[in-house]
Amino acid sequence: MNETEVTMSGQGTGQGTERRSGQGTGRRHRQPEFRSYYGKPILKEPTWEARDIAGYLFLGGLAGASSVVGAAAELTGRSSLARTAKLGAAGAIGLSGVALVHDLGKPGRFINMLRVFKPTSPMNVGSWLLTAYAPAAATSAFAAITGAVPLLGRAGTSAAAVLGPAVAAYTAVLIADTAVPAWHEGRHEMPFVFVGSAASSAAGWGLLTAPLAETAPMRHLALLAGTAELIGSRIMEKRMGPVGEVYGTGTAGWCMRAATVTTATGVVTAGVFGRKHRAAAVGAGLCLLAGSALTRFGIFHAGVASSRDPKYTVGPQRRSMQSD
Amino acid sequence: MTSIAKSLGRGAHPRFANGPDPAHASGYDHAPPRVGFFTDTSVCIGCKACEVACKEWNRVPEDGLDFTGMSYDNTAGLSADTWRHVAFIEQRKPLGGQVNGPAAGAWLDRGDAAESTMVDDPHGFRWLMSSDVCKHCTEAACLDVCPTGALFRTEFGTVVVQEDVCNGCGYCVSACPFGVIAQRSGDGRVWKCTLCYDRLGVGEEPACAKACPTDSIQFGALDELRLRAIDRVSELHSLGITDARLYGDDPDDGVGGAGAFFLLLDDAEIYGLPPNPTVTTRDLPHMWKGAATAAVTVGAAICLMFVGRRP
Repeated sequence: MNETEVTMSGQGTGQGTERRSGQGTGRRHRQPEFRSYYGKPILKEPTWEARDIAGYLFLGGLAGASSVVGAAAELTGRSSLARTAKLGAAGAIGLSGVALVHDLGKPGRFINMLRVFKPTSPMNVGSWLLTAYAPAAATSAFAAITGAVPLLGRAGTSAAAVLGPAVAAYTAVLIADTAVPAWHEGRHEMPFVFVGSAASSAAGWGLLTAPLAETAPMRHLALLAGTAELIGSRIMEKRMGPVGEVYGTGTAGWCMRAATVTTATGVVTAGVFGRKHRAAAVGAGLCLLAGSALTRFGIFHAGVASSRDPKYTVGPQRRSMQSD
Repeated sequence: MTSIAKSLGRGAHPRFANGPDPAHASGYDHAPPRVGFFTDTSVCIGCKACEVACKEWNRVPEDGLDFTGMSYDNTAGLSADTWRHVAFIEQRKPLGGQVNGPAAGAWLDRGDAAESTMVDDPHGFRWLMSSDVCKHCTEAACLDVCPTGALFRTEFGTVVVQEDVCNGCGYCVSACPFGVIAQRSGDGRVWKCTLCYDRLGVGEEPACAKACPTDSIQFGALDELRLRAIDRVSELHSLGITDARLYGDDPDDGVGGAGAFFLLLDDAEIYGLPPNPTVTTRDLPHMWKGAATAAVTVGAAICLMFVGRRP
C-alpha cells in the first residue's frame, strides 16, 4: 500500500484535502489501513429531519406502549390511567402521522406508501401497521372520552394493544435496515432499546397524567423499562465496535448523556418519592418522557454522524475482509 | 413475491434470492440477457464526456460550478443531479513499468517548502481516473427498502426509479451502500442513473457508453463483459500493472455482484467506493425476528406490571 500519495487525506475527517507541513521526512502518524477519496464521505447522509423522524420514533413508541398500558389498566379497574393512556396513544400517533407526512419529499403522495405490500421494506410494513393501528387507537380514545360506542371502543382498545408492541418495535428494524453504520451495526440490540424506551415513555406519561392511586404499575414499569433502555443503549454502543464512538461525541453524545441523566432521575424519583407525592410523580414522568425522546434523538444524530465520515464505512469493511 | 419469500427464508445465507438473473427473479418471463457496464479505468482519460452525455440525454439539472481542489474533479460525487462522476487521484508511483521523465518530478517539487517535504523522493507518477455510476446491484438495497415500489427491476436487470411514484421518503438514500441515490433539492424525489432505460428500449446503448472516446465505459451483456474484464486484467498484469483488479464483478460479494462493475488500479476506497459493500436486506430476516421478540417481550412485561396489583 503506497503511503506517499500527494493528495491523500488519511484521517477521515471529511474536510477535504489536508496539507501537512513541517514534516522532516514527509511522513507522519497515519493509520495505514484507512484511505479515502479526499476524505469525502462514501455514503449519503439520511435525508430525514431529526425533528420529524427522531420525533416519530419517540411518539410511535410512546403510542404503542401506551396502548398496552391502556388495555391492561382497563382490565384491572384503573379507569383514569386507562383513559389517559388511550388518549396519549391516540394523540401521539396522530402527531406521528403529521410528522411522517411532513418529512416526505412529496407529502401529497403519502398514500403511495400503500401501493404495495413489501416485507423487504420496513417502512412499507410500518405504513400498513399504522394504517391498522391508528384508527384502533383513535376509536379507543374516542370511546374513552365520550363514553359512546363502548363495544367499538373495546375492539379498538384490544386491537391497539395487540398492534402497539409491533408499532414500538418495527422502527428499530426500519433504521437498522440501512447502510448507516451506527444504525446497521446496532441491529441486534436496537429493537430492545426501542421497546425499552417506548415502555419507559409510556410509564412516564402514566405517571404524569394519572392519579397516584393508579400509578403503581407505572412506577414498576419505569424501573424495568428505564433500566432496559439505558443498559440496552450502552450494550449496543459497546458491541458495535469502533463505530460506537459516534454515540459519545457531538450532538449524539450530548443527547445520550442527557438521556442517561433524565431517565435515571425519573426512575429514582418515581421509585423513591412517586408513591406518596404527586409532584414527584409528575416530575418523574416528565423526566422519563424527556429521557426517551433524548435517546431517540441521540441514536438519530449518531447515525447521521457515522454516515458523514468514510472511516466508519471503510474501517469495518476492511476488517471484515481481512478476517475472511 | 417469490424472491421476497426466498430472501426472508434465507437468513444470513451468502447466496441471494435473485441469483445471476434478477430480471427473471422479479417476474419477467422472457427477459432479454442482463446488460450492464464494464468500466475499464485503465484507459479512462478523464475527458468527462460521460458526465456531459448523461446530463444532456437525461436532462439532468446543473448542480454547481465549483472548484473543489480535488485534482480535476469538480463534480465531487454522484448525486440526484450527477449520475456519472469522474474521479481523479494523483499518485506518486509509476503505472506499471512506465518511466516518467525527470520533468514530472521537478514539476511536483516546485513551490513552497510544505510541498517539497511531502514529495521527498520522486518515484514516478500516475493519474487514476474512473467514471463512477450507479452499480445496478443484483441485490439492490434501494429497491428492497423502497416502500412505494417506485424503485423497480427492469427487464434488462437494471434498477430504475419511477419519478411519478416516488414520494421522497428518502429510505433508499440511507440504504444504498455506495451512496449513489440521492434526493433532488427543490423537487423532493430521488433520482439516479437509469442505465438509459429509454435508450435500451430502442436498442441503443447508454449515452455515456456511446460518448466515451476510449471505450473505457463498455456496455453489453453482463456475462460477456465479465469475460472481457478477466482477459483485460490478465493483460494488464502481464504488462507489469499488477495493481489491476476487478471491483463489483463477484456474484458472491455483498450485493450479489453489480450490473456496473469496474477495473480499478488501486483499493476501492481510494476511488470513494466501499471496499466490501453489503446489501442491508441480507440481515433483514434476523432483524424482523429480533423485533418480534422485542415486541412480545414488551407486551408481556407491561402486562406483568399489572398482574396481582389491584388499586
